[in-house]
Amino acid sequence: MSSLVLIFIIVFYLAILFGIAFYTERKSKSKLVNSPYVYVLSLAVYCSAWTYYGSVGVAANTGVSFLTIYLGPIIAAPIWIIVLRKVIRIAKQHKISSLADFISLRYGKNRFLGALVTVVCLIAILPYISLQLKAVSETFEIMTSREDASIAIYEDATFYIALLLAIFAAFFGTQTTDASKKHRGIVVTVAFESLLKLLFFLIVGVYITYYLFDGMQDIVAKASLVDNFSNLVQINGLEQGFNWFFTIMLSFIAIFLLPRQFQMGVLESNRLKDVKTAIWLFPLYLLLFNVFVIFIAWAGKLQFGNAVNSEYYTLFLPLKNGNSFLALLVFLGGLSAVISMVVVSTFALSIMVSNNLIIPYGYLKNFKRNESLKNSKYIKNIRRVSIFFIIVLAYFFYYNFSVELSLYSIGLISFVIVAQLAPSFFVGLFWNRGSSKGAIIGMLVGLGVTFYTLILPFTIEALTGDASFTQQGIFNVQFLSPHSLFGIDFLSPAEHAFFWSISLNTICYIYFSLNTKGNYRERNYAEMFVESKNYTSLQEEAYVWKGEAYVEDIKDILVRFLGREKTKKALAAFYTKYDIKEEPKFADAKMIHFSEQVLTGSIGSSSARILIQNVVKEEEITLVEVLKILEESKDAIAESKAMKNKSKELKKLAKQLKLVNEELLEKDKQKDEFLDTVAHELKTPLTGIRAGTEILLYNPDMEEDDKSRFLTSMLQDSERLSRLIHNILDFEKLAKGKEKLDFQANLINKTIEKVIGSLQPAAAKKNIELRVKNTHPIKFQYDEDRMIQVFTNLIYNSLKFCEPKSGVISIDYKLGNQSIEISVRDNGKGFEETDVDFVFDKFFQSKNQNVIKPQGSGLGLAISKQIVLSHGGDIFINKNYKDGAEVIIKIPFNE
Amino acid sequence: MSKKILIVDDEPNIVMSLEYAFKKQNYEVFIARDGQEALNILESEIPNVVLLDIMMPKVDGYQTITQIKNNPQLTDVKVVFLTAKSKAADVEKGLSLGADKYLTKPFSIRKVVNEINQLIE
Repeated sequence: MSSLVLIFIIVFYLAILFGIAFYTERKSKSKLVNSPYVYVLSLAVYCSAWTYYGSVGVAANTGVSFLTIYLGPIIAAPIWIIVLRKVIRIAKQHKISSLADFISLRYGKNRFLGALVTVVCLIAILPYISLQLKAVSETFEIMTSREDASIAIYEDATFYIALLLAIFAAFFGTQTTDASKKHRGIVVTVAFESLLKLLFFLIVGVYITYYLFDGMQDIVAKASLVDNFSNLVQINGLEQGFNWFFTIMLSFIAIFLLPRQFQMGVLESNRLKDVKTAIWLFPLYLLLFNVFVIFIAWAGKLQFGNAVNSEYYTLFLPLKNGNSFLALLVFLGGLSAVISMVVVSTFALSIMVSNNLIIPYGYLKNFKRNESLKNSKYIKNIRRVSIFFIIVLAYFFYYNFSVELSLYSIGLISFVIVAQLAPSFFVGLFWNRGSSKGAIIGMLVGLGVTFYTLILPFTIEALTGDASFTQQGIFNVQFLSPHSLFGIDFLSPAEHAFFWSISLNTICYIYFSLNTKGNYRERNYAEMFVESKNYTSLQEEAYVWKGEAYVEDIKDILVRFLGREKTKKALAAFYTKYDIKEEPKFADAKMIHFSEQVLTGSIGSSSARILIQNVVKEEEITLVEVLKILEESKDAIAESKAMKNKSKELKKLAKQLKLVNEELLEKDKQKDEFLDTVAHELKTPLTGIRAGTEILLYNPDMEEDDKSRFLTSMLQDSERLSRLIHNILDFEKLAKGKEKLDFQANLINKTIEKVIGSLQPAAAKKNIELRVKNTHPIKFQYDEDRMIQVFTNLIYNSLKFCEPKSGVISIDYKLGNQSIEISVRDNGKGFEETDVDFVFDKFFQSKNQNVIKPQGSGLGLAISKQIVLSHGGDIFINKNYKDGAEVIIKIPFNE
Repeated sequence: MSKKILIVDDEPNIVMSLEYAFKKQNYEVFIARDGQEALNILESEIPNVVLLDIMMPKVDGYQTITQIKNNPQLTDVKVVFLTAKSKAADVEKGLSLGADKYLTKPFSIRKVVNEINQLIE
């Protein structure tokens, strides 16, 4: 493939990436952009060219140990739920914009610490970036079959690619001055590339394993015939086991602390709950990436032996077999891995360089008053220049030094250097005594050890080819030899360096933390970090500060960076939050903290602190005082939590009360209605009696016939009155359960016999037939007198609706499921459909009865229902019976 | 011309007393057991006054008075409620429907007769 064509393809691919990033920035609110899957894929920025090409190289030369780099993150994934979520929460609370800011803030916005972290990251990542560029350069050569490696810079395509990447990072990494704002464009491009690189790697894996060979077993079978095979597939003894252990630890740390991981995993995180998706999906991604590595490596070994660089088997294998299209895909996959890594790393580093190095050390005074636009332009420009500076530096590093270095070794060195941040980062998250002095000394010692045991011998060997320093060490003292300090000679160089540096680093960190008198500011932030969950609700109030500051002065600083409009808005939000009606003259601790936070995104936490400190007169507070205040605020939180719980309970109670009240109101209403009806029912016979009495009284000359007519009616009315009163009382007794039923074992046929016997005369009077259809003796528990009352009521009711002569009322019963079902049926008018649901209500009286009043109290059926209910049974009308009325009673057999 | 009264009530014992009392006062008395019967009678007879219960089967007192008030031929007919519903809201409703008087049960026969006499004089 000619280099021009390849360059064209590369530029075209980059153009697509620009397009995606550009489109995303516009649509930054869309669902896809903010999906948890995009977040997880962006975490896969972890898989750089080192993964893409380097793993195969390691697998080919030293066997399965390439896996360790992925086991760390996989082990780390479940721990994310605790650690990563905590880190994300803190970063959001404090508007943190970089790893350096995070650590410096934890130790009281320590300016030197922030700068030190930045330098550590630069030392670690610069060679790492140059390695990525090296991979681009080498794969470019393989694709274009160029032999000569020594070319001038202006001829080197890698240089231009590096520049394009710098432009990309500078453009999308500095859209806003506030670096704590999200960079969706970059995130989505990285996610897209993560998808591509995995896809292409899997495609070439399948191609090699199943097309060039006959599957995994075929490769294993063929490879096992080659010498040295067994060394490649097992861990050799305890010593190799230690190496494994330390490499896993290294990668475990790296997944948190590599600047690009911190950027993607913490700073670009949208929601805490996305972490839940990440803990299963990210390990899955890594697993998929590693499925074919070992087979590709063996396949390459079988085909090429040691003739070509084993790191690029994925390119050589398809090329040798004439499939240059597949090779191109592989190349683009590798390029994707490089672009993601380089772009995210440089722009993450550029924020650290600007906010933790350049601005706090010397650039602060250059920010002008009243020129917020200019100031924010300055900040953006510092970052843009940093990006170019980092990439160009990385390029020159590659151009001059790294020609002979492997991807794997430089990658590991990077990890070891970055790991020096681990004690102050991880321990500081959970231990509030960790101090800045401990962090700084630990970091410097760790860095020194790494330098002596890893970087120095590595560089000397690479530059001079002389291994004598490595073997003999300084002053020819054997136990100071760089790769086997104090006789520990079984670890590989990187693991060895890691072991010593991290041990000494941690020891120093803990020793000096315990032995320094804490600074109150430091302790304040330590508390906020360690107890981040508690302080989520406290926010600005967790900051302890005493002193004097004019709001005007603070506003002045804010305006410098935010501009007038945004400052006004930010302060308005602050005042609303704390319910401050009028702008105060003096600023309090909350406002100082808030202002520092607002500035942090733009210029870093330590610069923000320095700027604010310039205009305030702060009083020293003792550590004891800080702790006391914090204790009080913690109590306040606990109290407010308790209050919240209380108020929740109260709300629940109020709801219950409301329900009860509604019930009571309903009952009250029912009672009113009942009384109303009762009154009405009582008045009617009373009226009859009163009117009759009057007539008799004022008409002494009345005829005998009339007299007896009136007296009879009055007698009827008084009977009605007493029946009514009796029924009302009876009903109330039953409904309230005041009366105990007399349950006895009775025979239902005998009971029905009694009913029929007593009603026969009344039926005969109307010439209506009473029929008993079943006489089978069934014995069960019931109150016989009450059941007789029920049957009597029902039959009386039927008598009211049946025509004389043709009327038939029949009683039947049958056994149901653990119950007996009794029916009373007549051939009368039947129930009106509109009445069916109400006939058992008290005082319901059908409009259609054909009897002349006064008859019934309107309570008979209601009382019957109460009686049946008291037996645990049910009474209802059979709606399907159309030839009259049928009432069914179900009584369960009670044991 | 003798005075005519239509008594509408579903309680026969009450009707009996009212009928006796008004007949004594030389009224011509018509009796209906519910609203429907009353309206039927009103098709052929135009009484001076209708004594109307409210809670009755089929057509109740409210429906009956509405029908009466809507009938132009019955404009001269006085309507008096005689009912057990004695709450203020009931009285108000009855009067708003156009009743000339609202009397409640239990009542004094003498008083009812006096009220009716006054009304139609």
